[in-house]
Amino acid sequence: MGADYQLTTRLDLQFCAGGLMEQNEIQRPNIGVIGMLRWAWRQLTSMRTALILLMLLGVAAIPGSLFPQRSQNPQKVDSYFTSDPTLAKWMDRLHLFNVYASPWFSAIYLLLFISLIGCVLPRTVSHLRAIAKKPPLTPRNLDRMEGYRIVSTDQERALDISQQWLKSHRFRIRREGNSISAEKGYSRETGNLLFHLSLILILVGVALGGLLGMKGEAILNVGDRFINTPTSYDNISYGKFQGQGSLVPFSLTVKNFVASYVPTTGQPSNYVLTTDISAPIGITAKEVVIKVNKPWTSGSTKVYLQANGYSPVVTVRDKSGHITFQGAVIFLPQDANLSSLGAIKIPDMTPQIGFIASFIPTATSSAARGIFSTYPEVLDPRLVLSAWKGNLGLDSGTPQSVYSLNTSKMTKIGLKALTLGSTYDFGAGSITFDGWKAWVNLQIVDDPGKMYALYGAIFAILGLLISLFTRQRRIWIKVGDDVEIAGLAKNGIPGLEEELIALARALEEVRGDNK
Amino acid sequence: MTSTSLAYFSNGAIYACLAIFTIAFLSHAIEVSWSVRNVEGHDRTEFDFEKTARVGRIGTAMMILGFAVLMVAVVTRGLSAHRVPWGNMYEFSITGALMLTAAYLFAFAKYKVRWLGLPVSISVLLTLGTAITVLYRPSAPLVPALKSPWLAIHVLAAIISGGVFLVANLVAATFLIMERYELKGGRPQWASKIPSLENLDQLSYRLIAFVFPLWTFAVIAGAIWAESAWGKYWSWDPKETWAFITWVAYAAYLHARVTVGWRGRRAAWLCIFAGSTFLFNYIWVNIWGTGLHTYSGL
Repeated sequence: MGADYQLTTRLDLQFCAGGLMEQNEIQRPNIGVIGMLRWAWRQLTSMRTALILLMLLGVAAIPGSLFPQRSQNPQKVDSYFTSDPTLAKWMDRLHLFNVYASPWFSAIYLLLFISLIGCVLPRTVSHLRAIAKKPPLTPRNLDRMEGYRIVSTDQERALDISQQWLKSHRFRIRREGNSISAEKGYSRETGNLLFHLSLILILVGVALGGLLGMKGEAILNVGDRFINTPTSYDNISYGKFQGQGSLVPFSLTVKNFVASYVPTTGQPSNYVLTTDISAPIGITAKEVVIKVNKPWTSGSTKVYLQANGYSPVVTVRDKSGHITFQGAVIFLPQDANLSSLGAIKIPDMTPQIGFIASFIPTATSSAARGIFSTYPEVLDPRLVLSAWKGNLGLDSGTPQSVYSLNTSKMTKIGLKALTLGSTYDFGAGSITFDGWKAWVNLQIVDDPGKMYALYGAIFAILGLLISLFTRQRRIWIKVGDDVEIAGLAKNGIPGLEEELIALARALEEVRGDNK
Repeated sequence: MTSTSLAYFSNGAIYACLAIFTIAFLSHAIEVSWSVRNVEGHDRTEFDFEKTARVGRIGTAMMILGFAVLMVAVVTRGLSAHRVPWGNMYEFSITGALMLTAAYLFAFAKYKVRWLGLPVSISVLLTLGTAITVLYRPSAPLVPALKSPWLAIHVLAAIISGGVFLVANLVAATFLIMERYELKGGRPQWASKIPSLENLDQLSYRLIAFVFPLWTFAVIAGAIWAESAWGKYWSWDPKETWAFITWVAYAAYLHARVTVGWRGRRAAWLCIFAGSTFLFNYIWVNIWGTGLHTYSGL
């Protein structure tokens, strides 16, 4: 077992720039700059380094699952900053809130891929050469190999019979003098290389998406129209080499949105968004249904239904009955039953008026919790308002969230829960709860690299299957004083022994024929 | 039958399974403990499985019966909700218990490893018990994000891979225990039926080499599904991250084994480590983790 495995390992390592064997032979004396570089390259592309980098990559991925990441949960990151600013600052310096884009994480996977390329490319070249060449010569001492045996057979015909047998079993054959060397299962190395080259293709796909892609979100009320230009988005981010002019031209009108729920539990069961889309803008609109697992696709751009909520529709009048605001205001859902929170701001009144409000789709009240929602669908809505007057602070220059009210320069003037259609007179004017609209959050993503990643993934699995389930092995036959046969299996999958037995039987049968 | 009565039927079948696997567990326990006998003139004991073969056969019969009833429970659970029964952690757990039983029966048919029935029946009992008491949720339709043909493909691939990873872990752990015994001067009698160290080592390697492509496929199928549901094929959600860590750990195991030539104890520990990352993902991320894979229903 020990000796065989040594040979197997040597077979594997001989292609790599620096295997375990070479590492023991490193020379310290004067090797100069080029020598140093060569040494460093050998270290990097050695199997041991690759293995350490691979394990390191796994370990380095852990912190990203323990700490909140900016790209997924920015609110939670902010809460770290408010609760312990010093610690959060240090964690931020170590990129713990942005692990997968951090220099140290990138360094590991880039080194790993350089090491991979440094190992795989030379191996590909030598594999191609090996396919073109004949199998290596028969070793001198067969008795050290696996399954060594002496076969009693007709010595003169032994090589012919073996050649025939090996040929019918589709081995590559090299017959020289009194011996045959045969090899089969080159596809194992082909699969192995295909797998590793596919990983490089996946990385290329990921990089292309990061450099040339784009991702944005927009919240739209039912009835709104969206035109795919940068200003239509609530937030948008571009890849490093992606310009603003590159958005796919289309327009989308939200016609209808239906959310269905399980009556007993309030768990959502289906979301259906119906839209009219013209792509490119100007052509006749086409009705398109978008669902959670069914985005709309145009080229490499896709439009996803990501979230939904309610926008109460209100009318605000001043003392004289003049309308100062009318329309739907987007509120953000706070729980599974879609209690939603938002702010209504009226800058065009003196003094300015603001409301902190919650929209309760199906209201119930209790002494302990006040008014709360018991079902996510709108069955018995309430609009709970707290009214403020003073300065909204919109002119201060610092950007403000549209979902919250800055009450530092305002005074509270009242609190009221409105049923549908009712009006609250807050002294300086009145507010009427007219109705509600559903809103949807659309995520628009352009990722030109994902097809490469997908092809890479498919080829990777293919390569893996080939390399793990095919056997590469050599068989030798030597005719001297005796007829000797032996073999060498490159990976641990059994079967070589059976093959050698079959070959031996084929040879022994000949002897039987002669008698 | 209506959806509700199917769901009740499924629950009843799970309770029946608890009883059946308890009998299986007791039979296997009796098989082992009643076969102990003192070696005459020596201060040690040995095992005589001949003596308790009948009890052992009862244990096996109960394992087969338990498998059949559990299969019915899983299928009716799916029928009651008109979908594949993999919508929350309760359903993952009962399916996982079914897969574990299936893996045991397969191993038993092929390698006659009846002794494994003892740890397997106790594992199945614990899984089903936890599932019906702590993880249980009423049968309900899927949340919209799970409504996709990828649910069946991705989850099935992940469950099968997970089952095989756990079996490989059991084999690796057995290797470590047996190795300890052998270093201390020989195996005890009860362990005489367990395969040789070399075979255990090979078996855990083969299980992993066999299932690694399937796990790769499960991760990729998940990525394809994520692309159509969430708009991004990879977003380093905690579950994805841990699936990736598991993948990397097994990739390291295969390289360590095939290229660097790790065998025996070191390989077994690496195998157990890799399997633990999978378990951690299933338990910790499902219950306490945040992120997009929050389907445990807890």
